[in-house]
Amino acid sequence: MIEPDAIVAKIQAAIPDAIVEAHDLTGTRDHYEVIVISQAFEGLTRIKRHRLVYEALHEEMKAAIHALTLQVYTPTQWEQAQ
Amino acid sequence: MSDEKKSFSLPMANPEAAAAAARTRAEGGDILSEIDKEVSENNVVLYMKGLPDSPMCGFSARASAILQSYGIPFFAVNILADQEKREGVKVYSKWPTIPQVYIGGEFLGGSDILNEMHESGELAQAIKAAFGQ
Repeated sequence: MIEPDAIVAKIQAAIPDAIVEAHDLTGTRDHYEVIVISQAFEGLTRIKRHRLVYEALHEEMKAAIHALTLQVYTPTQWEQAQ
Repeated sequence: MSDEKKSFSLPMANPEAAAAAARTRAEGGDILSEIDKEVSENNVVLYMKGLPDSPMCGFSARASAILQSYGIPFFAVNILADQEKREGVKVYSKWPTIPQVYIGGEFLGGSDILNEMHESGELAQAIKAAFGQ
C-alpha cells in the first residue's frame, strides 16, 4: 500500500517538471490511476514514456502498487485532450 | 574478451540465427529463450493473468477482449500458471507489469498502450502489418 501523495512525490523526484495526479481506484491504496504531464515526454515513444514513470516507481511496483494504469501527456497533448 | 560476450554478439549480428537458436525450456533453452521463441513464432502474443476465456485480472481481460475484437489468432500465455515465465517476461521486455502484448516479434506495450493504440487505429495497422496485409 502507498499513499497517493507518495506516488506524486516519487514521480516528481524523477521527472522534476511533472504535473502528477494519482487516483486511488479501489480505496485500498494499491490500485491506482496515475496521470503524468511533462515536457520530458516530448519525442518519446509510448513505451519510453511509461518506462520513465515505472522507473520512478521501481521499488513501489514490486509490492506496494498492485495495479497501475498510466496516462502520460506532454503539456501540448494535455491541452489538446481537454 | 570472454566467451560469454562472444556468444552474445553473434546472434545479435544475425537476427535470423538468433530466432533459430531460440529454444523452449523443454528443448534445453532458458526462460528468456523460450519467450523469444514464442514472440518470434507467433504474429501476436499476449502474456496475461488467466486465459482469454477466463481472465483473472481486469487489465488482462481488457487486453484480451481488444485483441479478440480483431478476429485474428493470437497466442495467449497464462503467466499465473508459470511463475518462472511471470518473472521472465518482465525481464525480457524490461517492463514491470502484465499483461504484455507483442506484435510481429516486437514488444508493443501493456494494457494502457494497447488501449490507446486500439482507439487511435494504430493497433489495426500494426496487426495488418504483422499478418502481411
